[in-house]
Amino acid sequence: MPEGKFCNKTPINTEEQLKATLGDKGGKQYYEEMNQLDVDSDKLWASIQKTMKSRTKTWLEICAHCGLCAESCFLYQVNGRVPEQVPSYKIQSTLGVMVKKKGKVDNAFMQMCMETAWSKCTCCNRCGMYCPLGIDMGVMFSYLRGLLYSQGFVPWELKIGSGMHRVYRAQMDVTTEDWVETCEWMAEENEEDWPGLEIPVDKVGADIMYTCNAREPKHYPEDIAEAAILFHVAGENWTVPSEGWEQTSLSMFAGDWECCKDNVLNVYAALERLKPKRAIGTECGHAHRATVIEGPYWAGRPDGQPPVPYIHYVEWLAEALRTGKLKIDPTKRIKEPVTLQDSCNYVRNQGLKDVTREILSYIVEPGYFVEMAPNKEHNYCCGGGGGFNGIGKYREQRNVALRKKMEQILDTGCKLVIAPCHNCWDAIRDLEEEYKIGIRWSFLKPLVIGMLDVPKHLLPPEE
Amino acid sequence: MYDFLTGPMLWLTFAVSFGGLLVRAVMYVKGLSWQLDRVAYRPNMKYGIRGGIRSIVAFIIPFKARLWQTRPGFTLIFFAFHIGLLVTPIFLAAHNVMLQNAFGFSLPALPTGVADGLAWICLVGGLFLILRRIAFPEVRIITTFYDYLLLVISVMPFITGLIARYEMGDYNFWLAAHILSGEIWLLALPFTKLSHVVLFFMSRMQLGMDYGIKRGGMKGTDMAW
Repeated sequence: MPEGKFCNKTPINTEEQLKATLGDKGGKQYYEEMNQLDVDSDKLWASIQKTMKSRTKTWLEICAHCGLCAESCFLYQVNGRVPEQVPSYKIQSTLGVMVKKKGKVDNAFMQMCMETAWSKCTCCNRCGMYCPLGIDMGVMFSYLRGLLYSQGFVPWELKIGSGMHRVYRAQMDVTTEDWVETCEWMAEENEEDWPGLEIPVDKVGADIMYTCNAREPKHYPEDIAEAAILFHVAGENWTVPSEGWEQTSLSMFAGDWECCKDNVLNVYAALERLKPKRAIGTECGHAHRATVIEGPYWAGRPDGQPPVPYIHYVEWLAEALRTGKLKIDPTKRIKEPVTLQDSCNYVRNQGLKDVTREILSYIVEPGYFVEMAPNKEHNYCCGGGGGFNGIGKYREQRNVALRKKMEQILDTGCKLVIAPCHNCWDAIRDLEEEYKIGIRWSFLKPLVIGMLDVPKHLLPPEE
Repeated sequence: MYDFLTGPMLWLTFAVSFGGLLVRAVMYVKGLSWQLDRVAYRPNMKYGIRGGIRSIVAFIIPFKARLWQTRPGFTLIFFAFHIGLLVTPIFLAAHNVMLQNAFGFSLPALPTGVADGLAWICLVGGLFLILRRIAFPEVRIITTFYDYLLLVISVMPFITGLIARYEMGDYNFWLAAHILSGEIWLLALPFTKLSHVVLFFMSRMQLGMDYGIKRGGMKGTDMAW
């Protein structure tokens, strides 16, 4: 059997396909079919020849095999420092061999590559900082994922994830109607406590267009309400688009580049339609990376920038606190040891390291903020990045991966972890569930709302 | 033999080696793709150059990059090996005599003692590089025969050069062996991963540009390499 019913080289493009694949619980049949999946070597080699440019070629060729990348990889550290987890080995034994053999590889090899690409690398890009030759294996693993995806060798959840983006243009089955209704519902739900609270949909020419992560309308709509409250208190003229509101990209984790482009163009179309002065994304690292850092390239924008300035939530929050749009009641500041998770996707990948610390300087009583070690651009992945969190097949490996973050948090002695990234937030929640170290974790929005010094006229009239 | 090795063969070697390296550098730049690499090189050239230079500087100065600080032992061996390998042949008095004869100019020459010392450091450094490949599992797993071969090609001119210099055995034989092994090394530069003599700068520059342009440089936060 060259291609299976669920496991095949064709992306999921219709709702029926999507529901059918979802119905294959845990991907049981999917992975069985994968054992029979043929490799189209000619197509694979043609695609490598077309897309592998001098950067990757050179990286594969000049790697000095010095092994200095080993210690830079948290997965190497938490997996007993087995040599099979050395980044250089991981990429040379997969992509390196695939290129050497000019794409003439078999099913077993592709499955080994899949396991390596999705369970032994979270594309956190940390190794790139520790390679004397400037070889970034995270970048190469992203590339390898694209090749694997095109041949149908992709974990079940990510095949579905990218299918979700193709069908709903959201990582979950949230339709335009669901989204708009959720916004209306959240505004109503909170307007008693926050008179005048609005979530304006499709307002043209606002100062800010806000976009988020589909998990918010689907699973924690209070996050949208919290964003609305903070914009409201700050007096911002803002809006959300009815279409193009979802800025995450599971297709980026899956290696479905065509879908990545479609999604980001959808968000950019909203920007062009609503003409906001700038866009602000939610507290999510990979969403920011997809829409703001990588997105412009998928969309073919030669300046590498989105159509309007597009910033991460932490940048807006720091600015609002700095300019006094939001005021913190000093008596309500955090007065317990607290630490901060630096998200790879916007710290190592876009340098937003100081701005998060600026926020902490407003909301944490001096002396209570404890840095993780290492931190900032040297910080380790939360343990669940690059799609790792969501893949059932690799849950065990993911749980091992969480240990690095656990050690780092335990070393700080803090019980509270601020994680302004959905994926890090999930990973830290899972690590508490798995290892029960007695910690709490939070996004910034609820923390800030709890300590706001709200002007009287914005509060509900007293009884 | 000597005349041939230091005459036509040397010229051919230089032409192939330096010409080849130049071709590698040009091909590297031509093979970059802003869209596939996801780095807008051209429109953000200023940020890119700045990031690129920061990235190169951090890695060519011992103990500057975080990497070098985390591995002090390796850093010492690594830099000793590379400095010995590059400085000795360029500033060796005997080589400069040849340069003087051929072109009528020469570079400042190293005192013999220093040159000997550098050559020995390079040899010992090379030995350590081989030993760590055998000793450490994380290096052993990625090491191939090719890696050893390149190390041998790189230190062979030093072994033969030192034997000739101390006049052990037949001087003329060892001198010829020295010249030949030096030429083999030069010829290997563009065709093997020894091409990192130029591609190190290209790759580091590129990653530095990546960080300088989209991964933080334009946000005003420099990467703490």
